[in-house]
Amino acid sequence: MAETMTVNGSEHPIPDDPRVTLLDFLRHDLRLSGTKKGCDHGQCGACTVIVNGIRINSCLTLAAMHDGDHVTTIEGLGTPDAPSDLQRAFVEHDGYQCGYCTPGQICSATAMLEEIANGWPSDASNDLEGPVEPSGEEIRERMSGNLCRCGAYANIVAAIRDVAGEPKT
Amino acid sequence: MSAHLKQDKPDTANRLDQMKQGTIGQPITRVEGLAKVTGTAPYAAEYPVEGCVEGVLATATITRGQVVSVDRDSVMDMPGVIAVIEDPRMTTRAAQGTANEAPQQSPRTVCYWGQPVALVVAETFEQARDAAKHLRVEYREESDAPVDPQVVDAEEQEDETVRQGDLARAMSAAENAVDVTYTTKGHASAAMEPHAAIAQWDGRQLTVHASLQMLNYNITELADALDMEEDQVRIISRFVGGGFGSKLGLSEETVAAAIAAMELSRPVRVVLSRQQVFQCIMRRSETTQRLQLAADGEGRLAGFGHKALVSNLPGESFAEPVLQSSHFLYAAENRELMLEVARIHRMTAGSVRAPGEAVGMPTLEGAMDILAERAGIDPVELRLRNIPEEDPEEGLPFSSHKLAECLRQGADAFGWDAGPRKPRMTREGEWWIGTGMASAARVHNVGEAKARVTIKPDGTGLVETDMTDIGTGTYTILAQIAGEMLGLDPAQILVDLGDTQHPRGSGSGGSWGAASTGSAVYVACQALREEIANRVGIEETALDLADGRVIGGQTLVDLLGGKELAREGHYEPGAIAEDYTASGFGAFFAEVRVNHFTGETRVNRMLGAFGFGRVLNHKTARSQCLGGITWSIGAALTEALEFDPRTGHLVNCDLAEYHVPVHRDVPDVDVIMVEERDPVASPLQAKGIGELGMCGGAAAIGNAVYNACGARLFDYPMTPDRVLAAMPD
Ligand code: FES
Ligand code: FES
Repeated sequence: MAETMTVNGSEHPIPDDPRVTLLDFLRHDLRLSGTKKGCDHGQCGACTVIVNGIRINSCLTLAAMHDGDHVTTIEGLGTPDAPSDLQRAFVEHDGYQCGYCTPGQICSATAMLEEIANGWPSDASNDLEGPVEPSGEEIRERMSGNLCRCGAYANIVAAIRDVAGEPKT
Repeated sequence: MSAHLKQDKPDTANRLDQMKQGTIGQPITRVEGLAKVTGTAPYAAEYPVEGCVEGVLATATITRGQVVSVDRDSVMDMPGVIAVIEDPRMTTRAAQGTANEAPQQSPRTVCYWGQPVALVVAETFEQARDAAKHLRVEYREESDAPVDPQVVDAEEQEDETVRQGDLARAMSAAENAVDVTYTTKGHASAAMEPHAAIAQWDGRQLTVHASLQMLNYNITELADALDMEEDQVRIISRFVGGGFGSKLGLSEETVAAAIAAMELSRPVRVVLSRQQVFQCIMRRSETTQRLQLAADGEGRLAGFGHKALVSNLPGESFAEPVLQSSHFLYAAENRELMLEVARIHRMTAGSVRAPGEAVGMPTLEGAMDILAERAGIDPVELRLRNIPEEDPEEGLPFSSHKLAECLRQGADAFGWDAGPRKPRMTREGEWWIGTGMASAARVHNVGEAKARVTIKPDGTGLVETDMTDIGTGTYTILAQIAGEMLGLDPAQILVDLGDTQHPRGSGSGGSWGAASTGSAVYVACQALREEIANRVGIEETALDLADGRVIGGQTLVDLLGGKELAREGHYEPGAIAEDYTASGFGAFFAEVRVNHFTGETRVNRMLGAFGFGRVLNHKTARSQCLGGITWSIGAALTEALEFDPRTGHLVNCDLAEYHVPVHRDVPDVDVIMVEERDPVASPLQAKGIGELGMCGGAAAIGNAVYNACGARLFDYPMTPDRVLAAMPD
């Protein structure tokens, strides 16, 4: 049986050339160019997508490794007519400038808020057990793999906090 | 029809303030925002072009010499390989900003390690990348190419030299004197979108989707490189994933893609790898700077000296203009300024965000902190005492000057303690806590620009210019300027940018885009208003427009009667530039913590207060300031290009080794915008914003490091090893 992966709900055959990264497969073969290439080496986060619910750098993995996987890209999170809450918050808070890191930031933040909701601790957490609050420091720590050379960080954090809701502490 | 304005006199009419729409300055969200957050905004490499093949550049592995042969046979049998392009028209460096002519060509002559020498084209990216790696190139290397700026004789940049009075005498007579030498490491723009181009050739017309900042210059540069007429060339850059100087001038991938497309009669895409972006576009030069300050007992400067050594390749005109704001920031009768360039074979040095002040201000403001300490004067007060009445070298008036207000309002909002300052007053666990401040200054520039504004029969607006939006907010502020002038909601105005088929804007660079192209839009709208007033039968100055109608009168739709109305605006800087010194000013305040044992510095909070004329959109303007402050953090603490001392090759050529600030490095940042109207800066009364936020901010952090832990550093960036070495016991 041909190997396939599901991207934003539709199924696609895995490419023949084993060198094709998931990033290039999305950007080039599927023309889902919302996922960006900033470094191709796992150093910038611009290529972040959500695979089976977990955020990953799509440049660091080969398309051939994703038989049967479910991939969500920025195009799968919302559209100009129906943006997600985070997408809307990024616009409202000016959480971008050039916009090139933005899809990666939003995909990353989408999955990151799930991680917080599931109580995954980070370097910024006070406690390894128990609930984690989406504080500014938690968000900054967890988003540090998504570089923004325009320096929109303060606004990106404000947008994410807006959606996460104010932490109790 | 076109209207022209050459600004020879200050414009104190402040026409925008008399308009009735009320959109100018408002913090409206970006008009292209939804496209960016949903991934539907197309950047250069992302246009779906049928039959497009992929090119990857092969780059030199020697420092200086000749390419003897490029062995096509070494790769032509590899799967998918279509061609190896070697052409004397290919460019080997990026053009400097506003060069308006082709940069260095002839790839057979190698001038730096990493220079492009050939392009390999294949059916797929993977095939082209593989083949480019395997391409065998033979060189004849010339040995002993100088790569260290300290070992060659430097050339004085004579037009930068100032000798006024007697600095040596002022220094020896000074009650408080500071004579210190700083170094700063090179910086990379590191825009998140790598340089990219897709070229298409239909036999007559070349169309290139590229990622460039200044299309009006880039089209001339590209036509010159290819020996074509400009009307045969079209460049499109609707979205640019950051530039910061690196995309001012035509870059190598664009020319290579164009040549390949014409040779193969197929569309060709060339995207630089991140390593190539680092190694063959632009670096900010490293600098060595000597600062001399001679002050009396009250801290008033009698003498001011600033000498800087920078570097570049032989034949490059650009020299990091380190002294740019030093010429006018502080009063002092006795002045000596000098800039020297060492010619070495590292990659091209050119513009990186805020060329000059980005490295000149942090050293000057570090020296001012030392002077404040020696004189026992609060650092804010010391700056206030030395603000000149007029340009201390040229004797010209300032166009406007908000340094004092920025210092005062910033200090107030930050909670600056003007009491006696001593290092090591606060410790929390392993961390020393301290504060620091610095002035900000960045010269204001404007350039010639054209734009066409149309009111459509349905009463909507259209703005067309080849101006770019590199993340600065151009799409939005041009809609606001036109909306304010024509009485239209900005949502009713389509702004069409980044296409050389439109009237030529100024391009984005040197923080001049908004003031220059915005003025062209303003001039076009002014002409449209005159025509509308004419139709209504009143004076233009009596015409009040809002929400698509003459207030209390007809709608624009009725006035147009089914026909569109268009005017082209042409703005030119005039004689006024000779009569005034124009600059943005500001002040930075920072609180840091420094780890006593590791030397790590973290910024706890930071504030910037800036005066840059009229604010066109408070939201996007604030974002520009945030961006600049973020860069200040990088320049202060982490960003440093490292070169191999043997070959001059840039070693830390990726985002893992060149450390730009990440989320956790950037704390909550406060921005205060001190509103003003600068009648000289532009008919909008607006000045540049994008660069001011990093012109001195690194010194606020460095000065806070000293105040925190007592380590006085003279080398940027202040990495932990350096802080530890300077840390008192
Ligand atoms: S492109 Fe994948 S992390 Fe940079
Ligand atoms: S918005 Fe430009 S890199 Fe983040």
